[in-house]
Amino acid sequence: MDKKISSKKMLKEMMAEHYSDALKRKAEGKPVVWATSIIPQELMEALDIAVVYPENHAAAIGARKDAPVFINHAEANGYSVDICSYARVNMAYADILESEAENIPIPDMILSGSNICCTAIKWYENIAKKFNIPMVLIDSPFNMSYDVSAESVKYIRKQIENAITQLEKLAGRKMDYDRLKEVMKVSNENAIWWKKATDLLANKPSPTNGFDMFNYMAPIVCLRGNEKGTRLFKTWYEELQANVDNGVGPWQDQEEKYRVLWDGIACWPYLKDTYVKLKSNGINVVTSTYPESWTLLYEVGDLDSMARAYGGLYVLRSIDYITDRLSALATGFKVDGIVFHSNRSCKGMDFKQFEIARRLESKFGVKYVFFDGDQTDPSTFSLAQYETRIQALVEMMEGNRQREVHGI
Amino acid sequence: MFLGVDIGSSSSKAVLINPLGEIVGQKAIQMGTGTVGAKSVEQALLEETGVKRSDVLFAVVTGYGRMTYPGCDLQITEISCHAAGVCFSLPGTRTIVDIGGQDAKVIRVDQAGRVVNFGMNEKCAAGTGRFLEVMARVLGCRIGELSALAGKSQNTVKISSVCTVFAESEVISQLAAGAKIEDVAKGAHNSVATRVAGMCNRIGVEEAVAMTGGVALNQDMVKSMAAALSVPICVPESPQTIGALGAAHFAREKYGRL
Ligand code: SF4
Repeated sequence: MDKKISSKKMLKEMMAEHYSDALKRKAEGKPVVWATSIIPQELMEALDIAVVYPENHAAAIGARKDAPVFINHAEANGYSVDICSYARVNMAYADILESEAENIPIPDMILSGSNICCTAIKWYENIAKKFNIPMVLIDSPFNMSYDVSAESVKYIRKQIENAITQLEKLAGRKMDYDRLKEVMKVSNENAIWWKKATDLLANKPSPTNGFDMFNYMAPIVCLRGNEKGTRLFKTWYEELQANVDNGVGPWQDQEEKYRVLWDGIACWPYLKDTYVKLKSNGINVVTSTYPESWTLLYEVGDLDSMARAYGGLYVLRSIDYITDRLSALATGFKVDGIVFHSNRSCKGMDFKQFEIARRLESKFGVKYVFFDGDQTDPSTFSLAQYETRIQALVEMMEGNRQREVHGI
Repeated sequence: MFLGVDIGSSSSKAVLINPLGEIVGQKAIQMGTGTVGAKSVEQALLEETGVKRSDVLFAVVTGYGRMTYPGCDLQITEISCHAAGVCFSLPGTRTIVDIGGQDAKVIRVDQAGRVVNFGMNEKCAAGTGRFLEVMARVLGCRIGELSALAGKSQNTVKISSVCTVFAESEVISQLAAGAKIEDVAKGAHNSVATRVAGMCNRIGVEEAVAMTGGVALNQDMVKSMAAALSVPICVPESPQTIGALGAAHFAREKYGRL
């Protein structure tokens, strides 16, 4: 591939290829797996099984504001409005099998991980039942303790081994453990480039706007296990590093006045609106809790270590852990405030936000704001309300600065 | 002169202050954003006070309709304006409960009247002035009569639905079952108070507590709110125009500084 091609262009091409390749393989009679977004994809990559991620697909549908058709269809089928909108979109897609965003092939097996949420279990059970295909579950317990316990590691590892057996049946061949090791190595390398790139946003000014990070989430979900991902994230890192070296900030026409942390999934249907309002106030999102979930690092070749990484996701952690993690991000990225996307779809990620916000405020006096929205369903977001809340955040962050300057 | 205009969802308010920060005049009319309300309230205030628009050195607009109102020098959120307004009329206030037409806010302020933290209602009109408007309509009274009515309640009715529309049907069936309207009125106040108290506790209540917004004119509602929070609540003289007053104070502060 041409060295000079930008990472943005690469991203577009690679994602298009990801989807077309899955469709092609299906057409050739090869098996396809539908999997949750933070699953040991290494297993499928090593067995050369095509995999697509319905969450990612639903986000693409959401970003095009096409979700209502699917949501209405799912609700007409009896699914409650309270169910995650990714699930609603995908369960409807499984019926409709046509979307303008992208199309994904019908699955031959489900690999679901409860490490992202419990919704994923029932959602995929329904999909498996609908297509009459096997579902393999990798269940990860919530970590009541600060770290992932040895019992959990054992429990998850056993399930990874079971998943390997099931996937071997699907692929019609045995796992090549040397190949798996190679894939694990690539996956770790990709996670490192992903982290290195996103860590560069800690610079002042940050070398890009953090909404860009949301764009690169599709490939970190879908290409985490292959060399394409390495090329992409390394290029992105180099571009950002060049910006840092040249003192280039996130915008050409504007300065980065305030730096904030974004908590929660992006509000895909209003990605542009939410971004523009922040930008018009000089606010740059420099870090986020969500993309960090894909910085999955473990010992290559060690299934225990792998189990620990997948079982230790942010959403599976206690409030103490999350408070510490957010504190580290807030100080490391020198943020002035936090924007909490109160996203009713994703209970696991969002229902602890109030307590976290309260703890962070009392710890640092960091200013924060909540806004209502949804990752896919456009009906719960109000631009005017968002606007007021963001502006109020600016006014509070200004107050903090005055206090710092004048000491009152 | 300095002008503050607050354009809410169901009413528009304006306050004029002089360079010493004293109130020269204030006005509220029951027409909110998207109507001629904002312009008329400004004109009416100028006429009433005999102040010419050209004598207004600086004007700040706030409220839901602030983005689209022409003719002001600056727009500031209602959150900061309520904080500033209360700081001037009730110094020492640390927590403001502001219930307006379509939103309810809890604002924590520091000694300088700056916003420390705030919370707002989410998703719907539960716990806002609109809820009470709908209740008044079902009870066949004017919104201004709710307070006196609820004050007579002996046997409060519990309204369990927080959704305005569902609460409406709940109340209709309660009335049909023989509930007295004063008991339902009190139930409506308690329902709003419980809902808003939840938000207050989330943000943290620090005394002194003040209540602003049109709903604070309803004395019984203030009583329900104080009971729900178990703290005394003060109400400024003109709770409805506090946001506009804060805006006017910002106008005075920002004049010449921008
Ligand atoms: S509930 Fe949250 S984690 Fe689960 S599928 Fe939906 S968005 Fe993803």
